[in-house]
Amino acid sequence: MTSPVITVEHGVVGYDGRPVLRNISLTVTAGEVVAVLGANGSGKSTLIRAVLGLVPLSAGSVALFDRPLRRFRQWQRIGYVPQRLGAGGGVPATVREVVASGRLARRGVLRPPGRADRAAVDAALLAVGLADRAGDPVSTLSGGQQQRTLIARALAGQPELLVLDEPTAGVDAASQEAFAGALRDFVGNGGTVLLVAHELGPLRPVISRAVVVHEGGIVHDGAVPDPAGHHAEPDHDHVHPHCYDEPAGLWSN
Amino acid sequence: MELFQYPYMQRALIGALVIGLAAPALGIYLVQRRLALIGDGVGHVALTGVGAGLLLNRSPVLVAVIAATIGAIAIEVVRARGRTSGDLALALLFYGGIAGGVLLVGLSDATSANLNAYLFGSLTTISPDDLVTIGVLGAAILVTMIALRPALFAVSHDEEYARVSGLPVRTLNLLIAVATAVTVTIAMRAVGVLLISALMVVPVATAQQVTRGFRSTMVAAMALGFFAAGTGVWVAATADTAPGASVVLVAIASFLVVAVAGGVWRTLRRRATPTAAPTPEPHEVVLS
Repeated sequence: MTSPVITVEHGVVGYDGRPVLRNISLTVTAGEVVAVLGANGSGKSTLIRAVLGLVPLSAGSVALFDRPLRRFRQWQRIGYVPQRLGAGGGVPATVREVVASGRLARRGVLRPPGRADRAAVDAALLAVGLADRAGDPVSTLSGGQQQRTLIARALAGQPELLVLDEPTAGVDAASQEAFAGALRDFVGNGGTVLLVAHELGPLRPVISRAVVVHEGGIVHDGAVPDPAGHHAEPDHDHVHPHCYDEPAGLWSN
Repeated sequence: MELFQYPYMQRALIGALVIGLAAPALGIYLVQRRLALIGDGVGHVALTGVGAGLLLNRSPVLVAVIAATIGAIAIEVVRARGRTSGDLALALLFYGGIAGGVLLVGLSDATSANLNAYLFGSLTTISPDDLVTIGVLGAAILVTMIALRPALFAVSHDEEYARVSGLPVRTLNLLIAVATAVTVTIAMRAVGVLLISALMVVPVATAQQVTRGFRSTMVAAMALGFFAAGTGVWVAATADTAPGASVVLVAIASFLVVAVAGGVWRTLRRRATPTAAPTPEPHEVVLS
């Protein structure tokens, strides 16, 4: 249970010459649940995007399951949950259709879905509590339910590693609980998790290790730090959207 | 109806029906990636190919397929780079394409009637050879778009997720680009360069007013495209109107009917089942 799942060595990422990550090294081993914490703009999202190869490294190296990223092909071992669902140009898609995309890594492009694929999609929908919404268009779901759809999509591929980008940002309390439950089950079955969060909320008991990113470098790696300021108040219910690039909505108009 | 006894009308009808089925099957992916007007751009480039074909005395359709494919791949490369200048690069390609086409057609011996046939379509001049080309290419587009639906849906819906799923994203994007070029070129015979996007986009826009999922939208859009093509050719034959324009106007009329009917139905349903007012969240501060 101690084989490395993610290895980042001296990773450097820059956008247009501006460094976002400076010399980051991070190892996640099988069975760990690692939270990447940090303020907006600290580079925490860039870190996980670099791990997945969505952002190129300008120096250093990334390896997944002991294999350099460039030669990594076993994508079915990874489930990725992006920050939010794309709008998709207005063409409707049902919750089940979106979740079924999660099977493609396992199935490949050409093979039509079989019984195992359908069963995995059913199980993933059940795990996030959306089984009764399977036939509804995703656009009619709340933000939290859309987030759960994305988590179900990742779970449907039966991955060994889940990578989540701000899974609880702007998500209602019920969805946060449903998400924490799904994550507990995933970890209980031996899964590994790397997630970016601004706030841990109900996830806190599941997290085994926290990495704090500040100005592109890792400033803390170990136990989950105590929240500071008003975030520390016991009844602080942190469910409002945080990210500066949240879509225009209730708060911006 | 007796007009359809003539082989040229039968070919016009069959050609239109094939295109009516195939164009929305591809168009749904273009709409999903917010590239609804890409067909227009590729059509403009195809016109340069037509001009070059007429000038060189080669099959204009064949040269148009080549030009449109190069144009579609160029647009895809610009799109994939995601640079802000992509917008301007596309504009250059569009206007360069149509200006090049008009210039080359002018240099050739072709008349303005030839140019019109490609600008606005010329269903009734489809030869048996043309029909075979349309049938084979149309069937290829249909089979590819339907068989690869899960993967093409995933790539069009969330490209980053598709990359992390290990899908061949670049290949699938190029496949859509090439399919766009092929569809544009065969549809050019039916509705013309200037109306091509209508057959790819309007049936999809109509279908998504009432459908709930991607698959049902695709099936409904193909049915609507088929219906518009058949009805349009029939209207053109009976009322002696331009076939391409008739097909497009039937498609747009269907859109209006479905949009209005859908709106009325939703209003009635809302009145029938009044939903409870949303319960507001408690105040975050104590109000005195």
